[in-house]
Amino acid sequence: MFSKILIANRGEIALRIIRACRELGIATAVVYSTADKDAAYLKLAEQAICIGDAPPAESYLNIPRIISAAEIADVQAIHPGYGFLAENDHFAEVCRSCQIEFIGPPVKAMAAVGDKVECKRLAKKAKVPTVPGSDGAIDDEKQALEVARKIGYPVIIKAAAGGGGRGMRVAHNDVSLRAGLKQAQAEAENAFKDSTVYIEKYVEFGRHVEVQILADAHGNAVHLWERDCSMQRRHQKLVEESPSPFLKQSVREELCNAAVRLVKAAGYTNAGTVEFLVDQDQNFYILEVNARIQVEHPVTEQVTGMDLIKEQIRIATGMPLSFKQKDVQQLGHAIECRINAEDPARNFAPSPGTIEEWRAPGGPGVRLDSHAYAGYRIPPNYDSMIGKLIVHRRTRAEALAAMKRALSEFHIAPIKTTIPLHLQIMDNEHFRSGDVDTGFVERVLLAR
Amino acid sequence: MAKKNQSKKGSKENGSVRPASGHSPMDLDLLEQMTRLMRDNDLNTVDVRDGDKRVILKRGSAFAAPSGSSGYVVQQPTTTPSPVANTGLPSAAGTGAGASSSTPAMTDTEAGMVAIKSPMVGTFYSASSPDAKAFVSVGSTVDEETDVCIIEAMKVFNNIKAEMKGTIGKILVTNGETVEFGQPLFLVKPA
Repeated sequence: MFSKILIANRGEIALRIIRACRELGIATAVVYSTADKDAAYLKLAEQAICIGDAPPAESYLNIPRIISAAEIADVQAIHPGYGFLAENDHFAEVCRSCQIEFIGPPVKAMAAVGDKVECKRLAKKAKVPTVPGSDGAIDDEKQALEVARKIGYPVIIKAAAGGGGRGMRVAHNDVSLRAGLKQAQAEAENAFKDSTVYIEKYVEFGRHVEVQILADAHGNAVHLWERDCSMQRRHQKLVEESPSPFLKQSVREELCNAAVRLVKAAGYTNAGTVEFLVDQDQNFYILEVNARIQVEHPVTEQVTGMDLIKEQIRIATGMPLSFKQKDVQQLGHAIECRINAEDPARNFAPSPGTIEEWRAPGGPGVRLDSHAYAGYRIPPNYDSMIGKLIVHRRTRAEALAAMKRALSEFHIAPIKTTIPLHLQIMDNEHFRSGDVDTGFVERVLLAR
Repeated sequence: MAKKNQSKKGSKENGSVRPASGHSPMDLDLLEQMTRLMRDNDLNTVDVRDGDKRVILKRGSAFAAPSGSSGYVVQQPTTTPSPVANTGLPSAAGTGAGASSSTPAMTDTEAGMVAIKSPMVGTFYSASSPDAKAFVSVGSTVDEETDVCIIEAMKVFNNIKAEMKGTIGKILVTNGETVEFGQPLFLVKPA
């Protein structure tokens, strides 16, 4: 077991990792930027090292400074958390070449699953369904029409170099395909200097269901069931839950087994999540693999009773998994709401500043993962999430009631948060009946 | 010109700074305005030059490692005032009173001295090699280009320059000590 670990992250995930280390008897060193210098969670680590000014490039994304901090802190391993350098295979490589273990997958596996093309290839090899598509760039209109007719409308044209929703067009027929192709190419050329596009089947009203996996360096890989994260706004998750209220049991098992096959094919170890798109007929297609611990990992921890951060650390020391697939239970129902310092009434404008009043919820089945408190100043330099509120009860109905109760007990002032939005969601009849898709929040809830 | 007690916390009303009659970066009122601007706009560094006069305003943390420490750099409680450390510009917590009493020009002043702070995380060395003489000692004259120490990070040795004219007043770290970003290394009496 490691005797000391460096945490190369901030905020609630840094606190989460500190907590796991304290329970394992591992000393911690945590890096921080000048913007985080007054954060109370720093005091829970044995050592806190200032590595730079607020901008991530000067601090949390700065590899030389983080490695330097790891060296002066004399640690055996680095936990990258999520975001920042967590999926940076170059960083993982640098750590290991400096004789510091990177708590995450091997560099090759990380790079493989992070590459869209390679990931698709591995999926096919592992017999994991992929989104039907052109499987490569579209050369001309004729080919586009052939592909679209083969996979069936509606289709989506996507920029190969793209992201952020740009260079995308949905087409429902040949006419809109011809027009959409030209538009997407033009937009891609403008935004990314690369007009290359490809075509995929467009799943309308799809759900985002992801599978948590753990794999050790001895060839063992297991799933810890799924999380349904269909409640999103601008591709950012708002609410996550487990089990998925939508999937049939047989599909749930197929999905989870598919995820395990994929990570085995990739030679992946440590924690990871395989994301799937599920259509209205319960067909699923792999979207991507997240080679890191995720924000919503507490949802899985609650229903399985496992501590994923501790498992990550154990795997990184070379230990085999201490349990088998059959030992993984999914008990009860857990829901997580991400509490962001944003004002839903003003189009989610960020609301940084100092928290003056903070009364956290409690009671049975309530878990709060947060680094914030009364007196905490939310720095404007990083993402707006100030905490995660998780409930775990025996049934989904009870979990909904518990979340509603917990949200209404939660008092934060004067900064604005997304608590009112979450209360709205908990009362929404579609959400309550499990009848939502990834477009629901924007299309229905926020359109009002 | 905006008066000292006119600006509110978070206010941007004194966004444009009119220099005082002196028109010099060394003007106290101007500097006080600038420190407020920095706080209100959460700026870290402002470099003001006028001819051969120059003032660098920096705000942010500075944690002096306890002397004789084993090399661990521990975050100190931010409320501890001490002669050596951590006063200077008003922090976001709004210790405006403290700011106006200390020299607004620079952080970490002890009797008007200016701190040279570490620009990186690493190990401090006072000389270029174990056998060599230290780059500077108390009383040494320095200018912008004088090497005052080496900080080693990831096996790369970086010469750290004084970036100011003056005399070394105090050396805050010892040879081989680990340092963090922003940690004060030397106190310099400005020339």
